[in-house]
Amino acid sequence: MTLVSVRDLAVSFGGTTVVSGVDFDIEAGQCVALVGESGSGKSVTARALLGLTGGSVNAAELRFHDTDLRSASPSRLRRLRGREIGFVSQGALVALDPLRPVGREIEDSLRIHTRLGAAQRRARAIELLAEAGVPQAAERAAQRPDELSGGLRQRALIASAIALRPRLLIADEPTTALDTTVQAGILDLLESLRDAGTAILLISHDLAVVSRLASHLVVMSEGRVVESGPAERVLAEPRHPYTRRLIAAVPTDRPRFERLTDRPAAAPAADRPQASRDVVLSATGLRREFGSRVAVDGVGFALGRGKTLGIVGESGSGKTTVARLVLALERPDAGEVRLLGRPWSTLTEPQRRERRPGIGAIYQDALSSFDPRLTVGQILADALSGGRSRRASPEVVALMESVGLQASLASRRPRLLSGGQQQRVAIARAIAPRPHILVCDEPVSSLDVSVQAQVLDLLDDLQRSLGLSYLFITHDLGVVRHMSDDLLVMRHGRVLEAGPTESVFSRPRHDYTRALIDSAPRLG
Amino acid sequence: MSRPAVIVAAAVLAFLVFAALFPGVIAPGDPLAIHPLDSFRAPSFAHPFGTDESGRDIFTRIIHGTGASLTIGLSATAIGVGLALILGLLSGLGPRWLDFGTTRFLEVLFAFPGLLLALLFIVIYGPGVVTSTIAVGLATAPGYARIIRSQVRVVRRAPYLEAALVLGRSPAHRLVRHLLPNVVGSLFVLVTLGIGQSIVWASSLSYLGLGAVPPAAEWGAMLSAGRTYLGSFWWMTFFPGLFIVLAAVGTTLLGRGIQQGTRLR
Repeated sequence: MTLVSVRDLAVSFGGTTVVSGVDFDIEAGQCVALVGESGSGKSVTARALLGLTGGSVNAAELRFHDTDLRSASPSRLRRLRGREIGFVSQGALVALDPLRPVGREIEDSLRIHTRLGAAQRRARAIELLAEAGVPQAAERAAQRPDELSGGLRQRALIASAIALRPRLLIADEPTTALDTTVQAGILDLLESLRDAGTAILLISHDLAVVSRLASHLVVMSEGRVVESGPAERVLAEPRHPYTRRLIAAVPTDRPRFERLTDRPAAAPAADRPQASRDVVLSATGLRREFGSRVAVDGVGFALGRGKTLGIVGESGSGKTTVARLVLALERPDAGEVRLLGRPWSTLTEPQRRERRPGIGAIYQDALSSFDPRLTVGQILADALSGGRSRRASPEVVALMESVGLQASLASRRPRLLSGGQQQRVAIARAIAPRPHILVCDEPVSSLDVSVQAQVLDLLDDLQRSLGLSYLFITHDLGVVRHMSDDLLVMRHGRVLEAGPTESVFSRPRHDYTRALIDSAPRLG
Repeated sequence: MSRPAVIVAAAVLAFLVFAALFPGVIAPGDPLAIHPLDSFRAPSFAHPFGTDESGRDIFTRIIHGTGASLTIGLSATAIGVGLALILGLLSGLGPRWLDFGTTRFLEVLFAFPGLLLALLFIVIYGPGVVTSTIAVGLATAPGYARIIRSQVRVVRRAPYLEAALVLGRSPAHRLVRHLLPNVVGSLFVLVTLGIGQSIVWASSLSYLGLGAVPPAAEWGAMLSAGRTYLGSFWWMTFFPGLFIVLAAVGTTLLGRGIQQGTRLR
């Protein structure tokens, strides 16, 4: 039977309509997914079911079970929330009270909605944590959120959302910012809840994530539903160009050099060195300790001109430390990094300074890598002139165009740009000194899949036109397979497996690699 | 903070600055000229703010005293911020032992009320306009220094400084072009707020007879001179006090206005 029924839903804030004409139904034991980019209105739509939009909600029908949510009183809505509708909000890392043990968080909803005694509540909270896949649940229940990993926090949040066995669970980007295997575990958990009869409304920007669970997809763009239908149909025969773009943007299982957006590929420039066997960057026996913890141990690799070396691993695998060693932001305790066949990590910083323009970097958080006082134009002029000038010049405009930024953005501060634009500015700054190598540390991890596709295509274009070599660091196997020629799989600071990307993917030698590959979300 | 309040504050300050630069234009008389026959006159057309015990025109004296008061306020703040910048940069950028030393030193200074610190300085070096200015500067420095130190420590770890290092910028370039502007930028508002405070403190010292001394036309000193006649001739203390308040409130409001403006940008 139909548990949730939404017809012609519209939400507006102070006269501005942000969502309109949204229809969907959810049945018990069914998972429906709202998919779209940030700002498409999917979170607001989900919050309308909870009466938590903060705006004004209008609908021809907005029903949960036998309650008309349009006319439900605040106290009726309060009783629904938690008891009938569980909500896992975006950002598990901040949604838990940092000062309280996670078990207490779960006991809260039991205390408010049930008549269980204190001891029973405690026992039940531990049961729920175990059910949500938290190992050693009794000990974990007594820990505060900062003592738990991201995956465990997300599980704790889900445990509190399902504490009262709600009929509907709303999960807003439940796996964003989680490692691949952790993400797979959370999706498994949601799947088992669905199979046990819970209806799930799943919200994500990533079609690959939802396609595993959802039987029905609602694709949203700019506050409207552009396409809606059974998941298999939508994925196999997308009718709307926007859906097609979203599907095309998923990098998983897409061969290297295949385009993720409909922009044509750039032609290689004749005056730049092309891909070759020349090694531009090499590392041997790198080791780095922080106190008693060995962050990186015995890591070695060689990066060829015009090639991409992917380093994939989960949080704590030491991949970012490798990036910092390569950029000479850390000094290795053992081993050496050589740049263009010459010493690099053994130099003193003043010796290194004149060679620094040969190697650039882009980061996951592009915004914080910009001086907040500077405009885009000033940042790029500074990078082009080697720090001597911040005045606008024709070169700045040319540079902005080369990364697909409108010249009119030069007078803006990066803070006011979108995430994708910020990363383009970071890329422009990095290529301004004409480096041979770019170190890319999770450059697309905080971007929507569709924006990620644009940035990946841009990096691909620049590699071809400038002959750049990339050291590409990510936790995302789909992205790394699409981008790299060679691959390094890291775990606990060591290289677990290395080789040409395709052979690692087709014949993984290590169980961990196999588990990683299997856990990467795929379409369909 | 509403826009009108900021505009009014700016207008008041503009008037005060003008008065400081061209006192003769607003009040053409001599602030020190004595007219014993006209002593203790209540405010009137001839003497809008009244006259004092020697028959000097209070309006003229206040206008001519603006320069002294504003100069003391500005110089004291400049001394305080300058000293604080050195201390803050030393402890924010220097090795750990230096940070430890500077911070403990600041904590000792903090243990004394600012005014007491200023009094101590004056006791050692003797009263006067210059010593009281330096004294106020010294007394305000620890507060600024602590803020600068924490700002420096935040900014030096900012990813954009690392990004500048990766781009091959020298330590001097990173310090001068990235670190300092970002530290000072956040300080600008505090300094504006601090000027008002410095004016009040400098006036307080003059009032206690430790700064500018009567018959000099300085607001605090005039306030002090009027103290004896507080019961009978209110205008002698009211108008100098009013101008101290105007200057302090004006700079504070303007500082808050700028603060909010920068937050919006």
